[in-house]
Amino acid sequence: MRVLAAMSGGVDSAVAAARAVAAGHDVTGVHLALSRNPLSYRSGARGCCTQEDARDARRAADVLGIPFYVWDLAERFHADVVEDFVQEYSSGRTPNPCLRCNEKIKFAAVLDRALALGFDAVCTGHYARLVDGPHGRELHRSVDAEKDQSYVLGVLTAQQLAHAMFPLGGSRKTEVRAEAAERGLAVADKPDSHDICFVADGDTAGFLARELGDQPGNVVDEDGTVLGQHDASYAFTVGQRRGLRIGRPAADGKPRYVLSIEPVSRTITVGPREHLAVSVIEGAKPRWCGEPLDGTQECRAQIRAHGETLAARAWLDGDTLRVELAEPAVGVAPGQAVVLYDGTRVIGSATIAGTLAAATA
Amino acid sequence: MTTRSPHVYLDHAATTPMLPEAVAAMTAQLTRLGNASSLHTSGRAARRVVEEARETIAKALGARPSEVIFTGGGTEADNLAVKGLYWSRRAADPRRRRVLASAVEHHAVLDAVAWLGSVAGADVEWLPVDKLGRVDVDAVRSSVERDPESVALVTLMWVNNEVGTVQPVREVAAIARQHGIPTHTDAVQAVGQLPVDFAASGVDAMTVTGHKVGGPIGVGALVVRRETNLVPVLHGGGQERDVRSGTLDVPAIAGFAAALEIATAEQPARAATLAGLRDELIRQVRAAVPEAELNGDPDPSVEHRLPGNAHFSFPGCEGDSLLLLLDARGIECSTGSACSAGVAEPSHVLIAMGRDEERARGSLRFSLGHTSTRAEVDALGAAIGPVVERARAAGLVNVSGGTF
Repeated sequence: MRVLAAMSGGVDSAVAAARAVAAGHDVTGVHLALSRNPLSYRSGARGCCTQEDARDARRAADVLGIPFYVWDLAERFHADVVEDFVQEYSSGRTPNPCLRCNEKIKFAAVLDRALALGFDAVCTGHYARLVDGPHGRELHRSVDAEKDQSYVLGVLTAQQLAHAMFPLGGSRKTEVRAEAAERGLAVADKPDSHDICFVADGDTAGFLARELGDQPGNVVDEDGTVLGQHDASYAFTVGQRRGLRIGRPAADGKPRYVLSIEPVSRTITVGPREHLAVSVIEGAKPRWCGEPLDGTQECRAQIRAHGETLAARAWLDGDTLRVELAEPAVGVAPGQAVVLYDGTRVIGSATIAGTLAAATA
Repeated sequence: MTTRSPHVYLDHAATTPMLPEAVAAMTAQLTRLGNASSLHTSGRAARRVVEEARETIAKALGARPSEVIFTGGGTEADNLAVKGLYWSRRAADPRRRRVLASAVEHHAVLDAVAWLGSVAGADVEWLPVDKLGRVDVDAVRSSVERDPESVALVTLMWVNNEVGTVQPVREVAAIARQHGIPTHTDAVQAVGQLPVDFAASGVDAMTVTGHKVGGPIGVGALVVRRETNLVPVLHGGGQERDVRSGTLDVPAIAGFAAALEIATAEQPARAATLAGLRDELIRQVRAAVPEAELNGDPDPSVEHRLPGNAHFSFPGCEGDSLLLLLDARGIECSTGSACSAGVAEPSHVLIAMGRDEERARGSLRFSLGHTSTRAEVDALGAAIGPVVERARAAGLVNVSGGTF
């Protein structure tokens, strides 16, 4: 196959490309330039789009003996990922930009262009497995549970998965690093990237503050009693406890958590932890990694990256995915994805739009 | 993408293979000891090689040996000329703040001039070009004559490296000279393909480089009139006329001289051969892609267009898609300038010529040299049609956004 390997400059994508070459594919490397100002994103080893990362990716491609190009997707990335990220926070939600990047950039803009140029697949260093099942291609969790990235790939459709290649899904990170060293890839010891690539210093609150400025509002309890003020509603996430600056302790003396964020009046409602408990999740814009849900299905639901999975029943109600949790869960933040699993297989995902509180005793 | 042969090299303007004579001259020196500045026997032997090279180069370029200042390549020579002339002229008369430079210069001149403007108090005037990429002599004259005393220097390349348009260097130098203003020209792409005579050109400083004429990379020269003063850019031992410091690279200089001597001696025949191949290349590309637009001067004579240059815009295509697809077929060419991260920027040359950004992005330069063959041209002619068709499909995807 003709394979386009997305190479970030990190160890995972380098080994993924190497494995594609070793499997006999005709591989071309491409580094995605995502920053409108390459110096503004993270410097050093932690980022994904600095000049140093571009150089590391190029070096890896040279070692593999494959052609290498840089594709400038900065405008698309800014419009589809960065602006979406800011807009979502501004609307009181908590987005996952990695998921959006996979959906809109890597397996949309890049894949479309690759297919048009005559490539058959886009190869990345994601930790997830593609398995050919009875109903077509299936997306499964990585064997390395700690590195598993199936959650951020849960937005990919069957059509996108048909042209995806994840050579690392069957390996553990330690094996990948060892293999990089064996193959003479200089990135073998490069630290893992974390956090959000376009938040240069890891300070998401500071980034949002620069983008959105002050957006002050009231902190209220569930009766509407004003408990205090905040500077910016976007600095809070449902389930958050820290930084509320409530002067007056609650009557019961227990800590208060963010229950909801109302973006227009910028009102943050707080309450005790048990009021965070959610029993039904409503998901918007469902996307299926294969066959859509057929009726009501018993499954496991994951509601944040690297979170645990929860026993659930899911069904489609028009365009809305409804997920009923067997046990109430806390910290279900609108904007995050709910990804449904059948064992290790990803069924699909939706963006958390609303929740129904568990009946409180 | 499965077959990466035959290897078709159409990027001689980036660098061209070394001539065997240059390799021989260079390798003969690699094992010899001697710093050309040393006074002992070894030093004298090295010095002799350098001075013979200097004489060879001077003779080939219509200059005197004392006018040849060796540098580490074209970029250094351009920086020395632009900054050295500016500082020297301003030191002599602080009113001389204006730097007149064409808008289509190579980055080695363009960025040096811009830097003088941003940090060294220069008033930069970018000389406009017409749609063929040629500087308007009347515009230069009126700019100079508006206030000649305030002009530090004029810099205008001999021939544009991207679109191959030959510039009116002699006319511009004559205008400047009437007012005692020095002119610099970057002749890196001209030497070996166009007749280049330093003395006859009327310029005061001229940049040449080794690796565009079949010599090694990393050596070049600034040819400067004896009476022209330059402030150094590199300070140190003052090896070259106290203007350029650094131990001379004797093997590279020997290879440079050997290549330059052959390239200039063979220039008329080479120009004719390259122009013939170039015309055939243009014919074949146009036959395969009728909507392809030739950039630069369509007049094929050496007074108008560099013989080895063919530069096209392919409407609806991204240049880097074209490059990828041609590279996968073993055909190597260039899209133009690239920034340090490797992201293609629209060419400032095409923008200065009035092309829109989209058209500028969808452009390729094919450049021929001494090893070019008809078979290479035919290989491009066979590949370019399907490649453009495919790149256009990819380009439309990009414009319309994701389809999933």
